[in-house]
Amino acid sequence: MTSRVRAFAAFLWDFVVGDDWRTAVGVAVALGVTAVAAGSGATAWWIVPVCAVGLLAASLWRAARG
Amino acid sequence: MSGPEVGLALSVFAACAVEAVEALTIVLAVGATRSWRSALTGVGAALVVLAVITAALGPAVTALPLNVLRVVVGGLLLVFGLQWLRKAILRASGLKALHDEAAAFASEQEAARGAGGVSAGLDAYSFTVAFKGVLLEGLEVVFIVLTFGANQHNVGLAAAAAAVAVLAVALAGVVAHAPLSRVPENTLKFGVGVMLTSFGIFWGAEGAGAHWPGGDAALLAIIPATLACALGMVAALRRGGARGARGGGARETVRA
Repeated sequence: MTSRVRAFAAFLWDFVVGDDWRTAVGVAVALGVTAVAAGSGATAWWIVPVCAVGLLAASLWRAARG
Repeated sequence: MSGPEVGLALSVFAACAVEAVEALTIVLAVGATRSWRSALTGVGAALVVLAVITAALGPAVTALPLNVLRVVVGGLLLVFGLQWLRKAILRASGLKALHDEAAAFASEQEAARGAGGVSAGLDAYSFTVAFKGVLLEGLEVVFIVLTFGANQHNVGLAAAAAAVAVLAVALAGVVAHAPLSRVPENTLKFGVGVMLTSFGIFWGAEGAGAHWPGGDAALLAIIPATLACALGMVAALRRGGARGARGGGARETVRA
């Protein structure tokens, strides 16, 4: 039973997060920063797109370096 | 149909068509090599499981408050979209092998032949491989339908686009009776990665409390900007690859 739960958790992780967990963590941080900035009344729409481009570039750089 | 609804329908259709092509290859390989009846029974069982998952998760997801839904689902969609786009960019730049349905079909057939004799009744190998293939590819379809549909408050449209894609691929498979290797799968995957990432950026930021200049019309800027960035990254990686080749350095191919 425990091994099945573990296998399902591993499947879910691989399904959503995939090859690079740092991208998932980066997206969570970007959304958190956006929420804090928007909550304080600052213009926050640009944070997620800028972070998405940066995270993708960093992930590709890591993959290209092998 | 509004602009975001057209985007929703096209994105879901393309994503589902790609997943359906991959599932079709697996089913065709085990069906033609071992047992059609067992493979199709596996397909039916997987479709029932997918319907149960959709019926269970659909109302739960759509019942969430809009901002919670958008930040959670937008975030998931962005992570998922960046994953698709990363693979698509690596394929387009030559750092990862292109997905080849003909090669996947041959590999599945070889595995099916090597799996021992075919059982007289229900062939367990054919059933299991077809079931797993359709279930795994189908889960991606369910994820995309629910995230796109719930965020747009139009699960029906997303489900209809998915159903049309799956039916079109199934029909093409029946007619061709071969893997659909002519479908420009890698290009479609690139496009889907751009759309998933763009919608993930839009909904994630909005759910976190940001206000987009121009409201929904901001998507008309986000999608081409994401596409331009992705194409720029492909060009940069290709240039890097060419420089590496000129310098005599061997580049390790990223595994699929």
